[in-house]
Amino acid sequence: MKEYIKSSEAIIETANANRWEIGENLHDYIIESLYKDAADIASKVISTDNTKKKFDIDSFIDKVVTSRWTGFPIMFLILAIVFWLTITGANYPSGLLSDLLVDTIHPFLKSGAGNIGLPWWLIGVLIDGAYLAVAWVVSVMLPPMAIFFPMFTILEDFGYLPRVAFNMDNIYRRVGAHGKQALTMSMGFGCNAAGIISTRIIDSPRERLIAIITNNFSLCNGRWPTQILIATIFIGNIFPSEFSGLASAGAVVSIALLGILFSLVVSWGLTKTILKGEASTFSLELPPYRPPRILQTLYTSLIDRTLFVLWRAVVFALPAGILIWLVANVQISEISIGQYFIDWINPYALFFGLNGVIILAYIIAIPANEIVIPTILMLTVLSAQLMGIGSGAGVMFELDNVSDIAQVLQAGGWTTLTGINLMLFSLLHNPCSTTIYTIYKETGSIKWTIVSTILPIIMGLLICLIAAQIWGLF
Amino acid sequence: MDSNNCANCPALHNVNNLVKLGVDMSEFDYVIALAGNPNTGKSTVFNSLTGLRQHTGNWPGKTVARAEGGFIYNEKHFKIVDLPGTYSLLSTSTDEEIARDFILFGQPDVTVIVVDATRLERNLNLTLQIMEITNRVIICLNLMDEAKRHKINIDHRLLSKKLGVPVIPASARQGEGINELLKSIYDVVVGNYICKPYRVSGEIKYVSKAVDELVYQITTLYPEIPNARWIALRLLEGDQSVIDAVISGDIGSLTTRNYQIENSGVQ
Repeated sequence: MKEYIKSSEAIIETANANRWEIGENLHDYIIESLYKDAADIASKVISTDNTKKKFDIDSFIDKVVTSRWTGFPIMFLILAIVFWLTITGANYPSGLLSDLLVDTIHPFLKSGAGNIGLPWWLIGVLIDGAYLAVAWVVSVMLPPMAIFFPMFTILEDFGYLPRVAFNMDNIYRRVGAHGKQALTMSMGFGCNAAGIISTRIIDSPRERLIAIITNNFSLCNGRWPTQILIATIFIGNIFPSEFSGLASAGAVVSIALLGILFSLVVSWGLTKTILKGEASTFSLELPPYRPPRILQTLYTSLIDRTLFVLWRAVVFALPAGILIWLVANVQISEISIGQYFIDWINPYALFFGLNGVIILAYIIAIPANEIVIPTILMLTVLSAQLMGIGSGAGVMFELDNVSDIAQVLQAGGWTTLTGINLMLFSLLHNPCSTTIYTIYKETGSIKWTIVSTILPIIMGLLICLIAAQIWGLF
Repeated sequence: MDSNNCANCPALHNVNNLVKLGVDMSEFDYVIALAGNPNTGKSTVFNSLTGLRQHTGNWPGKTVARAEGGFIYNEKHFKIVDLPGTYSLLSTSTDEEIARDFILFGQPDVTVIVVDATRLERNLNLTLQIMEITNRVIICLNLMDEAKRHKINIDHRLLSKKLGVPVIPASARQGEGINELLKSIYDVVVGNYICKPYRVSGEIKYVSKAVDELVYQITTLYPEIPNARWIALRLLEGDQSVIDAVISGDIGSLTTRNYQIENSGVQ
């Protein structure tokens, strides 16, 4: 054993001794000879037809979508079209689903449970709490996701997303971050936890941390439906009906762009303060455009994205539904504990242009952004005591379409400002618990996990406050 | 002890290290690693081989962690590990380290390198680096349909001769070449095909003495090591994870069975 250690130590010693003599150029020499051999072999086996193609469609598209003048407008236009299709297409199927799950199956389950003699509290927890929360998640989220994700996946399959990164790369480098952050940011538009894992492609730990901290500013799967629904209710309805779809789509795109702006500003702030340093360079390969395989894309986006996100939402909605029912029905001297909390926090929340319901909803929804909207609706009914619409405290009510949801929220004291600030707060608040855990796993640091969690909340409250103050001027 | 008890299945992988790297090795005869540059269609090849529908995207850097799957061919159970796409194994980012450590320490029975036929030269850089670390390599020359569209012809037989390993032309999106790839994988793992990988020739004069000395020391300590020259160069560069592996002895324990395979395969 002793001899063994001696030998491996001898190897290291030889290496160390020689390393100083060789100097620092060895790495470059090795790479050079590697490239030379690769070039030699390639030149011997490749032959190209010299008949030059008159027109190269790929580089023509690239010229247009990555041009300094047309690149960004095209990006905004594509985003706007995607959201417009999602918003206008999702309303009708959403109504159908809630007819079925909430209006038809829920009373059926409830009377069935009553007939077999279950105690009232068990019926409450299981059917008014767990089942209704799940039914809500499915009817509110499934239609927009089933339209949005396939379109997003087709863009991805076609090869457009790396062009977005290409357009953004220069800006990211100018703020002192790594150009690849444009890629990880784009991944975050699907899921922040995935976006944070994807920062592994960034070599420098400093730039990687910046990318991790700012990834939350990419609106994720769980937040798109919130944005789309609230924009439809509070922005779309201000405009005449023929423009409402367009206006809501414009509002969602603005929030998404605001998120990109925040990720740039915060990256810049970090590189100037606690994470100082120079940006490193890299090369980004633009993949060729490939005709999207429509059927396969639909299939994978349905399985991988839509059902995956829906399943996650359902898994988190089940216990959240139970929790909401308990919060609404466990009473201390005739007032539910949820009401206590909402009444207590409401004055502070109103100061920020939000309300107590939103704050409580975001606390209950820490495990998953997906359940924010159903939670808000349940809590609003509870706190506004809209007995005419709902069928009991903390029971979700029967709403057929978006305009009914609008009525409930307005009865709960919501204004256009509340809607706008909810959209802003949905962009700027703590990451979901999965993402927080991922940040901890990737950074291995409690300090940076806390920074990534707290920073967006502070920014969100600040921005909501500013919005409320500006709103007050008019 | 481990799965290579029968004479016909000379499994080479290092079970202990694979388990250490987090791979569940129960019920598998062979381990295949899937490597390649980003966006060459590795995930598509992975899906074609396993029948899984891992999400693929036209998107460099989609796979950052490892994905695993399995399939059965000729009654043998294969485990396939999809490594992150990288341009080289020389730098220090996490994804490159994951890929390199898996090939170096896990010693997969064969490493399939998915190569973009439209960007052969750049893809060969990674290929040559992988062939420095492991002998058993298969090139899957993917995206042949796109190469054809761009009027690029590749003499895959000549390429195979030059590199000393099998080269399988494929268009994984259309499912072309996958059967040939499966057969080639089988041939390499059971020893029907012995790879004689090309090694980078550029001998740098003033380091050759140091390299020779180190190679001598390394091979004295571990006579069966297949990649002594590669290890010597990494040591001279001061690569910390290789230095650690030499000190801990991991380098030696992992490579002992290569020797048996190279010999017993010839029948």
